[in-house]
Amino acid sequence: MTPEILSRASIPVYQRFGATSEAGMGNSIWQSMEQKGYSRRDFIKLCTAAAAAAGLGQNGVAQVASAFEKKEKPAVVWMHFQECTCCSESFIRASHPIVVDALLDVLSLNYTETLMAASGFQAEKSLNDTIKNHKGKYIVLVEGAVPTADDGVYCMIGGKTAESILQEVAADAAAVVAWGSCASNGCVQAAKPNPTGATPIHKLVNKPVINVPGCPPIADVMMAVVTHVLVLGQIPALDSLGRPKEFYGRRVHDTCYRRPNYDAGLFVESWDDENARKGYCLYKMGCRGPVTYNACSVVRWNEGTSYPIQSGHGCIGCSEEGFWDNGPFYQHLPSFPGFGIESTADTVGTVVGVATLAGVAAHAVVTNVRKHKVIAEVHAEEQKES
Amino acid sequence: MARVVVDPVTRIEGHLRIEAVVENGVITDAYSAGTMVRGLEKILMGRDPRDAWAITERVCGVCTTIHALASVRAVEDALGISIPPTAELIRNIMETTQYVHDHVVHFYHLHALDWVDIVNALKADPKKAAELAGSFSKWDKNTPAYFTEVQQKIKAFADSGLGIFANGYWGHPAYKLPPEVNLIGVAHYLDALEWQKDIVKIHAVFGGKNPHPNYLVGGVPCSINVDEVAAINSERLNLVARLIDQADVFVNEVYIPDLLAVASFYKDWAKWGGGLKNYLSYGDFPTRGYNQPESFKYARGAVLNRDLSHVYPVNPRDQQEIKEYIAHSWYAYEGGDQTGLHPWAGETNIKYSGPKPPFESLEGYDKYSFLKTPRWKENPMEVGPLSRLLVSYAAGHADVKELVGQTLGKLGVPVDALFSTLGRTAARGLDAALAMIWLKEFFGNLMDRVKTREVSTFNGERWEPKTWPSEAEGVGLVEAPRGSLAHWIKIRNGAIENYQLVVPTTWNGSPRDAKLQHSSFEASLIGTPVAKLDEPVEILRTIHSFDPCLACSVHLYDPQGRHLHRVSFE
Repeated sequence: MTPEILSRASIPVYQRFGATSEAGMGNSIWQSMEQKGYSRRDFIKLCTAAAAAAGLGQNGVAQVASAFEKKEKPAVVWMHFQECTCCSESFIRASHPIVVDALLDVLSLNYTETLMAASGFQAEKSLNDTIKNHKGKYIVLVEGAVPTADDGVYCMIGGKTAESILQEVAADAAAVVAWGSCASNGCVQAAKPNPTGATPIHKLVNKPVINVPGCPPIADVMMAVVTHVLVLGQIPALDSLGRPKEFYGRRVHDTCYRRPNYDAGLFVESWDDENARKGYCLYKMGCRGPVTYNACSVVRWNEGTSYPIQSGHGCIGCSEEGFWDNGPFYQHLPSFPGFGIESTADTVGTVVGVATLAGVAAHAVVTNVRKHKVIAEVHAEEQKES
Repeated sequence: MARVVVDPVTRIEGHLRIEAVVENGVITDAYSAGTMVRGLEKILMGRDPRDAWAITERVCGVCTTIHALASVRAVEDALGISIPPTAELIRNIMETTQYVHDHVVHFYHLHALDWVDIVNALKADPKKAAELAGSFSKWDKNTPAYFTEVQQKIKAFADSGLGIFANGYWGHPAYKLPPEVNLIGVAHYLDALEWQKDIVKIHAVFGGKNPHPNYLVGGVPCSINVDEVAAINSERLNLVARLIDQADVFVNEVYIPDLLAVASFYKDWAKWGGGLKNYLSYGDFPTRGYNQPESFKYARGAVLNRDLSHVYPVNPRDQQEIKEYIAHSWYAYEGGDQTGLHPWAGETNIKYSGPKPPFESLEGYDKYSFLKTPRWKENPMEVGPLSRLLVSYAAGHADVKELVGQTLGKLGVPVDALFSTLGRTAARGLDAALAMIWLKEFFGNLMDRVKTREVSTFNGERWEPKTWPSEAEGVGLVEAPRGSLAHWIKIRNGAIENYQLVVPTTWNGSPRDAKLQHSSFEASLIGTPVAKLDEPVEILRTIHSFDPCLACSVHLYDPQGRHLHRVSFE
């Protein structure tokens, strides 16, 4: 049961959905829109939004449109194991495409304990029907880690262990997506001492897993990953940790709007001090932006409203493996990974947490040398003012 | 006699199993089982108390922010930290925002499908639906064109397999709404799904993100500066003001009118699902500091035997008041499984003794849940919106009394009607309406402070661990949307020595206690009729009326680090 990580190449899973006349799968997205009286113009608008969400730009619209026209709504099941449902909550915050359209038009979400109408026996039926009728074609989205200690009794659904359900569901899936840090790297229940043996999905499933870490992941990132897999029929390019490069290829620090303050040596020294009120860099308050690969400082949260640093609190690194044990959160990093923006997690690979620590110091030194002059100038100016 | 098993109970947070014994079409006994455990309290041991809010916030993403709030209050209580009034207002704004979001989402997305038949909505006349909606709401979106569009959307969706609505109990005789009301319900289900992502932007403004915004021991992490672009400034405050206005319209023109319209067709449900007769509330929304509960918007106290003429004082620090039992839970106590322990003296030795999975039934197993069983002075207590309304009503809080009285008048039912499944669901709506009123009030007060530049959001006197006593203990009390929540913390030499949570669904959804007294879920199911054993929609109605949150309610801790019956961890 060794973890298997996807290669970086885009893998077309599109043809695996195939055409089928099984109930619930007969309509392409365009057909279903057409039936509802949508115009061709509306359809192209949706394609444009989906292409934008997937980062494809204007050139991708035709590609998306072609996929929407040909492909029927893919069957999707959303599993819930050791989790807090923050991933489901985040997903319904997505703004493009809007969630209602995603749920009603883009995909056929046949199982999710959070939102589905059916319970108990009828819920199990929805799951079993999907596995049986869409063998090899359905997508599995997993929220939560799986406890493996003590024969798996720490998470049971319908009298079955999470682990046995996962194996059953994943066996015939076209693709598996691990939502959030729980499914990607274990998250809070896997923090020391990991009392229930909480295990991420890629360590249990003998097939490729797309890891979308974060606690939770950003809503529009989740929707973009879904769009990438379901609409384009492709698995996005992944780094060596199985994360879509599209959203996990840059550190929060690299694209943070407060970065110039870091470079200029302007730091918040204490909560709500004068520097905090000016929006200076939160590095000294423990910000994990320099060691965290995520899209927060570019995509931002809740339709671009903000992200943690913008609202005055440092990044806690919630998309990084083992971040809970990388505390205390308010102790600033003695040094932090210093590879440049051009170097991604892909090249750093699985040793990101260890080997890069030395690199950070180097980064800090270089940056400090560069900014010494600036700091001196700022101080001189401040003295003049006072 | 039949044993009806519902597992998974969906449209809740977490993993819940209900087994109900049905005789002659009526439930005569019930078993509520939490079937997932993560061990978060154990993970908290030895960590920096200032980090605990982030860890405990991850207890639940549906009630996001609430555990973070309980945690910072517990740490501040232990260390004697008072937060600045502006920080108190921002926390209150975030908490009332959470109430409004959570209750709307619960009503439409987690509860409505127990009452609203989606498939039946296809038979509705959209014009009549618009007329009907216009008769009880001024919302300008309720037009014939809008209802026609929604109906077409649902029709196309039904034709393509129903997705998340597949295999519901559609057409069950317990569904009583006319097609037009069903259509209104479905339409607003879809609208609420879009609306809910806006209200939480208030959390993003002050806390950086939602779910799981950031909190801070000693205040709030955001700074206010109306002379800077990179702080809470007039642009940010304008955004919050607009979001509050939108929420006000949605709550008062959509949610509450829909709730009353649906309720008027289900008055039978004011007879069933009452369950326990005892109600607990810690009180919340401080206006002059956490240590002055008399200043809270919601009162602290307990009501026993539905006697609204008396409110009993509640003291969560008193070791004789709140105790947890494990007589029917998968744990073991050193002093015997029949004893009860106050959280300060608590111990947890997880000991699963249920059937080996896969299994069909928990019948015959004395222990059947990962939830412990909390009691207040040995009494089983219901917690939640209904409980805090009743306690504040009995305590004579004017705004609560007025709103409850008005609503009962509109529905033409006596106060007794509240003691039921329908009453619980209605109480949640009133809870949201009150939260909306207070949200506006708190925001107005915040603007007043911004005007006078009283904008300090952090008290740093005891931020550094070197300023802390070597030993300290505190309690963080919150009225979470789902009910009374408490975190107990013990700090020793700058680190967490013990951390315990007793959460709303532990009160409501726990197994019976050593004296065989049922907790709320089980008690409220007993006596409820079930028309079709293979489609037990009645069980879902009552269970959903509590808005269960199972991830919150199951955890394990071991303050002394002992494992009497340690299971072998791999």
